Amino acid sequence: MPDAKTVAYWQAVNAALAEEMERDPKVFIMGEDVAIYGGAYGVTRGLYERFGGERVRDTAISEAAIVGAGLGAAVTGMRPVVEIMYVDFMSIAMDQLTNQVAKIRYMFGGKIKVPLVIRTEGGAGRTLGAHHSQSLEAWFAHIPGIKVVMPATPADAKGLLKSAIREDNPVVFIEHKMLYNTKGEVPAGDYTVPIGKADVKREGTDLTIVAHSRMVLVALEGAEELAREGSSVEVVDLRTILPLDMDTVLASVGKTHKVMIVHEACKTGGVGGEIGMRIVEGGFDLLDAPIVRVAGADVPMPKSHVLESLAVPSKERIVEAARGMLG
Amino acid sequence: MIGKKDALSYLKQMMQIRQFEDKIMDLLARNIAEGGSHLYAGEEAVAVGVMAAIRPDDYITSTHRGHGHCIAKGGKLDELMAEILGKRTGCCKGKGGSLHLADVATGNLGANGVVGGGLGIATGAGLSMKMQKTGKVVVCFFGDGATNQGIFHECLNMASVWKLPVLYVCENNHYGMSVSVKRASAVEDLTKKASAYDMPSESADGMDVLAVKEVAGKWAEHARSGKGPVLLEFETYRYYGHSRSDPRAYRTREEEEEWRSRDCIESFWKKMVDAKVLTEQECTGTGSAVTREIDAAVEFAVASPDPDPAELYEDLYA
Repeated sequence: MPDAKTVAYWQAVNAALAEEMERDPKVFIMGEDVAIYGGAYGVTRGLYERFGGERVRDTAISEAAIVGAGLGAAVTGMRPVVEIMYVDFMSIAMDQLTNQVAKIRYMFGGKIKVPLVIRTEGGAGRTLGAHHSQSLEAWFAHIPGIKVVMPATPADAKGLLKSAIREDNPVVFIEHKMLYNTKGEVPAGDYTVPIGKADVKREGTDLTIVAHSRMVLVALEGAEELAREGSSVEVVDLRTILPLDMDTVLASVGKTHKVMIVHEACKTGGVGGEIGMRIVEGGFDLLDAPIVRVAGADVPMPKSHVLESLAVPSKERIVEAARGMLG
Repeated sequence: MIGKKDALSYLKQMMQIRQFEDKIMDLLARNIAEGGSHLYAGEEAVAVGVMAAIRPDDYITSTHRGHGHCIAKGGKLDELMAEILGKRTGCCKGKGGSLHLADVATGNLGANGVVGGGLGIATGAGLSMKMQKTGKVVVCFFGDGATNQGIFHECLNMASVWKLPVLYVCENNHYGMSVSVKRASAVEDLTKKASAYDMPSESADGMDVLAVKEVAGKWAEHARSGKGPVLLEFETYRYYGHSRSDPRAYRTREEEEEWRSRDCIESFWKKMVDAKVLTEQECTGTGSAVTREIDAAVEFAVASPDPDPAELYEDLYA
């Protein structure tokens, strides 16, 4: 049995795409600059050379048509993996996503299925400014009929993308631009990670931090520092935003009785509100302290690196908030 | 000249649509049907002519004014009626209603509550047909209003670049909701919009079922043989307002009368009888048979059960 390998997050995504395309001739990719250019962040590099232009399609700059045509192909026998280059551009395709992709199965009494994956990426950290740095999962979490996945590690990225491609429901798969070059161990061979299941990335007893995407890594750094101060912090990686795995979250809260929710997306209207409310509904008696949110600033992402750093949660902010809860 | 079998078929389908729509209006007025309905009465020749020109396993996408497409594509009257009444026996189990009728089994990828909402789906279905080499074509129905939506332009461009087997069929009934083509569109001749995408286009009289069939048939073969998409424009007219609450203040009664004088059913009836393809009795008899079918569909729908409360969360995910 071959050993696990250390690969970069982008390589894990690339491998999932290649393996699934090899496995199933119905799987194909389309999006802007995905073929010859290999993807704005190089995630699809090599796939055009390997699978050709029929199955790895460069499109025009037409986000609405990319998602809409992806839907049309998905309901007539194909399994498209379309790409929206920046999650910030998903807004152009929002009617297709919310009114068409998400609703077609239900409106048609279940007589159709939508095996569509929409890959995109978001997040700040490259000082790209307001139109290239957003975290918009809260928009998608509010749409019944789709699933929303945000892996934090290479292993999860590969396994979850395979699940998303094999899933007969539409999945919005949100990568993080600052995670692409992070490395991690990835199991050898074919494996999947279940959608809708959170993962305890670090066990602890004093405090639960619920996080997703890049903030999982930041929370883990915070937990390391807090450990040196004698506090035991458990980090729960949601992995899937819709549907939320509240069982895993509540089990953790049952252990620690204190919970902090961390997300890069701006605080107001962010998924932290939903998670917090579900903790109250499902585990009020478990809490020894109010639920705390450490989230992004309610501003468009500023360009300056000084301001950008202030606009997203940092290890320091997480540690400070944790000390306040543990003190 | 067409044969008796086809003539009866086209006449019957147009009558089915007309009587179905008139019946829906009646049911709405009596509050037996609820919600909204956008009625296709007047436009029957377009749906019937196009469906007669394509194969049963070709795909279509429809619009908010989609009962006619559904019926012409082979949808069952009782299931459609039940769906419009929101009953569990409806073709979408009461979940879709008038605006979201679909019948996947007959290749109908659905009516749509968003103007232009079928364009992306049709374009993707065309891509899918090309990639899977099925030899099928996709007909995308939309109105004059939709030609100003962004998605129209994105899709026509994409289909042209990739030479997809899609017939983009514009049912130009000259008004969006209340705003005329003259006031909404920079070009009144909607076929001009195809030239922006180097796409062929043709216009025909949408009140003449045989003209529609001929033009649609010609271009269906063009698309099917891999030569790429086309934009077709059929000029037609909706007799009713946009919806039941529309007093039609934006149209003159003279204009309405003018279009009614070219009614697609009456003119086809006359043409077939004059050409001795059909007799008066056959035409009248078809009308009566359709009336019985419609009445039976209403009876079925009214007697059908509502969805069970437990079905609220069903069919959200596969």
